[in-house]
Amino acid sequence: MIQLGIFISLLIVGFLFGRIAEKRHFKSIVARELASNSLVAVASRFPPENENYEQHLVVGNVVVASDYFKSAMASLINFFGGRVTPFESLLDRARREAILRMKHEASLLDAKFVFNVKLETSRIATGQVGAVEVVAYGTALTKPAMHVEAISS
Amino acid sequence: MLVTNLEILPGHKIVRHVGLVQGSSVRSKHVGRDIMASLKNIFGGELQGYTELLQESREEATKRMMLQAESIGANAVLNVRYSTSSIAAGAAEIFVYGSAVELDI
Repeated sequence: MIQLGIFISLLIVGFLFGRIAEKRHFKSIVARELASNSLVAVASRFPPENENYEQHLVVGNVVVASDYFKSAMASLINFFGGRVTPFESLLDRARREAILRMKHEASLLDAKFVFNVKLETSRIATGQVGAVEVVAYGTALTKPAMHVEAISS
Repeated sequence: MLVTNLEILPGHKIVRHVGLVQGSSVRSKHVGRDIMASLKNIFGGELQGYTELLQESREEATKRMMLQAESIGANAVLNVRYSTSSIAAGAAEIFVYGSAVELDI
């Protein structure tokens, strides 16, 4: 009885906090995506050749954990089969966050573009903790600094 | 040292291919962090401790790769890739590799 009580209260806590956290996160993601739209990040492997750019590797990563409710829902869905929507939204959030962090690093370098963006997902912290890491990396193209141009010309 | 995941640097030629260089780093966080992470697993959200851990680990792996490239006389590493694998509970290996070249910079 006590165990059932603990399970149900964990479910409720996970549902409420997870919901709030996810809503807040999506809101902030959408706002920051709009703000960073001017910096173009593409998966093309070939940089523009008509202008001189410096290249810098930029990386963004995030580790997100699922909440208790999501995990319980996922194991329930796993029983019947079908789309595991609780985890789909989790991974979507993680990927977009990783790209935003990568873009943030690029914007600190005053980059014009990010080329060859790669995304990688890995499950970390096996055992008690269920969490995924998403890393986004790419090459930021920046205009060379003025004094560098003066020296080379 | 130029580190990039593109294959060319427009306007510059590759003088010499030096070879494949790599760096890796295996790290884990102290138990306190792991306990915090399992608590966070009830509420959901970002595990900042692990995010930082993997970020530092990735920086270290990249640094090791750059050192290796430097020691064999390269001045750039092109086509860099990262890869992550969880090798034990609470520990992850970050691996980074790329081709070391000599550019006419």
